[in-house]
Amino acid sequence: MLPDISRDRQLAILHKMLMIRRAEEHCVRFNDEHTGLIRGHFHVYIGQEATGVSVCDWLSPDDYVFTTHRNHGHVIAKGGDPKKVLAEIIGRATGYCQGRAGTFHVAAPEVGVIHTSAIVGGCLALAGGTAYAAQVKGEKAITVVFFGDGAMEEGVFYEALNIAKLWELPMIFWMENNYRRSGRGAGHAALELTNVAKALDVEAAVIDGIDVGTVHKTAKDIVGRVRAGQGPLFVEARTHLWPGNAFNMPKLVGGVTDIAWAWDPSGAPEKVRDWHKSHDPILNYVRELAGAGVSRADLEKIDADVRKQADEAARFALESPLPQPQDAVKYAFAGEGN
Amino acid sequence: MPQEMTFGEALLAAIDEVAEQDPRIVLFNPSFAGEAGHEKLAALRKKYAARIKYPPIAEIGFCGIAIGAAMAGLRPLVDISTATFSYEAIPQIVNEAAIAYSNSGGQTNAPVTFYLKFGIRGGGGVQHSGSPQSWYWNTPGLQVVMPSTPADAKGLMRTVLTKSKDPTIFFGHDRLLDNKGVVPDGAYEIALGKADIKRAGKDLTIIATSIQVPRALAAAETLAKAGIDAEVIDPRTLQPLDKPALLASVKKTGRVLITDESHDNCGVAAGLAAIIADEGFSSLRAPIKRVSIPPVPVPYAVPLEDFVTPMAERIVDAGRALCK
Repeated sequence: MLPDISRDRQLAILHKMLMIRRAEEHCVRFNDEHTGLIRGHFHVYIGQEATGVSVCDWLSPDDYVFTTHRNHGHVIAKGGDPKKVLAEIIGRATGYCQGRAGTFHVAAPEVGVIHTSAIVGGCLALAGGTAYAAQVKGEKAITVVFFGDGAMEEGVFYEALNIAKLWELPMIFWMENNYRRSGRGAGHAALELTNVAKALDVEAAVIDGIDVGTVHKTAKDIVGRVRAGQGPLFVEARTHLWPGNAFNMPKLVGGVTDIAWAWDPSGAPEKVRDWHKSHDPILNYVRELAGAGVSRADLEKIDADVRKQADEAARFALESPLPQPQDAVKYAFAGEGN
Repeated sequence: MPQEMTFGEALLAAIDEVAEQDPRIVLFNPSFAGEAGHEKLAALRKKYAARIKYPPIAEIGFCGIAIGAAMAGLRPLVDISTATFSYEAIPQIVNEAAIAYSNSGGQTNAPVTFYLKFGIRGGGGVQHSGSPQSWYWNTPGLQVVMPSTPADAKGLMRTVLTKSKDPTIFFGHDRLLDNKGVVPDGAYEIALGKADIKRAGKDLTIIATSIQVPRALAAAETLAKAGIDAEVIDPRTLQPLDKPALLASVKKTGRVLITDESHDNCGVAAGLAAIIADEGFSSLRAPIKRVSIPPVPVPYAVPLEDFVTPMAERIVDAGRALCK
């Protein structure tokens, strides 16, 4: 279903979801088309765009968002600049962290993503900290910590959730289940992961994480309640693992997403056809918007605008300078250090 | 009037002074007092009740929360209690707090302070006698503070709580908590990275940290009777480190003995020895000597524990050997 908001806002959400998709397609292409440009392995957020964008649509610049090794999407969703994200992914001096963080640890404090950990579960307790700080200072800011099903295998999940509940912290545990790790025989004894939260008396909901309308409506409710002091709350947003994602080195197994597949799913390569037909949050949303009367030309124009911006961002990243070698030893300490 | 107080009372006094002025100071599980400071601890807990949390037994959880709160503008002081409990929180301290400023290219810092009661306390056995100062010193991004006297403890705690921009591991040795000393009047600060000569001498430099300072001073008196005039210098903080002061003392005496209550292998004494070998070799008239804990988990029974503890007698023996 479409979110119950103005058409302009609906289209802005599409714009942002597409921006994440197009930026990350460039990320994968950086790896495929240039040797050594991305140093080591990396992960992408493709297929989960509906949750990050819909949740962040209800957040203000002062609210804190914590993310994971799949951070590119969350940073852009929170308002981050795709240029600085792509530049950081390839370690450029113009990147969000001046090339110190790389793909795994993109932090964008200017939009409320103050620190990013690629350690599974690494930000769960830190998120409790920003929520606690807001509580102590009497600020309205809330904290959303995004994490995957795998993070619930870590002990820190239990400790952070337990303390968050005891201290009634203004935060949302937003689990994006891409089924990378959950299910019988993988990492969890529990078949319903929300039961883990419920055992600590934390209210938990399971939603369809690829449906923009559902996620957006849930996010409105949850964000409002946490802002009103009813935190912490837990959401499990179920997504479907993108076929190119099942590696440490993601591949565009079906090429870049063609928005025309929204109208003609049979045009997609076989490896990705079912996924784009049924499980791609972006093409599903495009179909819904088209069904609600948005013209194909208008939708294609949005995509063309996004592609142009993403191409510019990729060019900006590629043309940006590498950091100076001697800057390696900067920033160990904020204070005097030595 | 300068007054006499214990190490634990000095910490409480610094915390009280700073917390009164700065509402960003929040305390997790404050229990710094030692035996002598119980009443003062109770008063502090009462006075700042609204800014104190007593978290569950969940070190990775509450240390992570303190770090996140510091990133968001608070200045948390976390009493870890026994130093080894910090091992439960290593992923957050080492892999999040310490790297945040560097990773973000100088945008996000975490001025959180972890207080660790460390060292061979007497009967702590293999799990409550830990001395992880070299681990944390080996972690870029963490400040490491190890005072030896009540006056230094108060001044350094004040500096850390008011001025520090980085995560700090503040080490207080269990056996120092009830030691008394004269503490200057008023709200004074001691800069990080400033060593202090606790006893001037000309024949031998003894670099000593924390509990090893009173042991080194006792050893120096014994050595003096044997005609050896030892200088005892306390770096007070390992990170930042006052290298010039240490090297100047070694240059003056030509002999150096380093004593720290952590393990020999890759310990604090080893790290300091490497710096002196690198940068002060031409000053040396004898090999660098270390007095620390042999590489074995600290055992429980009295004779076993005594055997591994770097007591004053071992410093005396090493000093004599160096000055032969």
